[in-house]
Amino acid sequence: MNARSFAVLIAVLALVGLLGFGLLSKGSANIDVGEPVPDGALPQLDGSGSGEIADYRGRWVLVNFWASWCQPCRAESPALERFHRRYRGEGLTVLGIDTRDLSDDGRAFVERYGISYPQLRDGDGDRSRDFGTTGLPESFLVDPRGRLALLRRGPVDDSYLHRYVAPLLRTEHAPG
Amino acid sequence: MRRASAVLLLAAAASLLAAAPAPAAGASLTDIEDEVMCPVCGTLLELSEAPQAERERVFIRRLIADGQSKQQIKDALVAEYGPGVLATPRGSGFDLTAYLVPVAAFVLAAIAIALAVRRWRLRPEPAPGPAPSSEEAERLDSDIARYDL
Repeated sequence: MNARSFAVLIAVLALVGLLGFGLLSKGSANIDVGEPVPDGALPQLDGSGSGEIADYRGRWVLVNFWASWCQPCRAESPALERFHRRYRGEGLTVLGIDTRDLSDDGRAFVERYGISYPQLRDGDGDRSRDFGTTGLPESFLVDPRGRLALLRRGPVDDSYLHRYVAPLLRTEHAPG
Repeated sequence: MRRASAVLLLAAAASLLAAAPAPAAGASLTDIEDEVMCPVCGTLLELSEAPQAERERVFIRRLIADGQSKQQIKDALVAEYGPGVLATPRGSGFDLTAYLVPVAAFVLAAIAIALAVRRWRLRPEPAPGPAPSSEEAERLDSDIARYDL
């Protein structure tokens, strides 16, 4: 292979690599039950600093992705609030992540629906993509070791939470 | 001479106009909608009727009413939704490749064309063919005579 052919090959490979990187960086991830969930600091929705799922290590965390413009999110928020109040003393925290939403709209939503569980903000939707969400709302139950225990694509209600989530809180991963 | 002076005057006036600061134009929703994305839909905001897009428009209208410039509004959108809300790539990081790759491709193409033209010009003249035989020369003469050339 002469120098010119080598240069052309390098240029083609560089172009293909560039296109591949662009495609991969736009792709969405996915996680399965038993795998560690994506984590990292996100700003608190109320602007009071940052937080992450690891802050609740040792507790069950029901991560709920939502947005103020999402109709089903409005419907499920009272059930999540009731569940949080009912089980927070038994090692569970509901953690809301407001995604691709205006921060003022998100804060107004929290106030309007009287939500007391902690809220993080995912304005660019990167964390939502890391979890492999396909829409809103979606909920991910994270066990005390930070691994996914259950996922729900779509809204939850009292029936779902008590039938599928509550029993898991009493399994071997439950905090002692 | 008079024409050259007129051209010089026009050029000077044009350069003065180009150097003068552009008048501050008020931002408008239609002017911004085609430069930002609806982050949920993955399309330009102007093409989307999704609920999130409607909230984004409300946000932009509010900032316009507050007297913010187009750039200030785009900055505020980036603060809310991240840099992905901009429809045009930023001039830094990986997005810079969107500007550099076409320029590099153009330069490489220009160099390739220049080299090809140079090689074509330096190509040796083809050797002349063999002289026509007497039979061919006679036939050529008769053909020319037939067409009265």
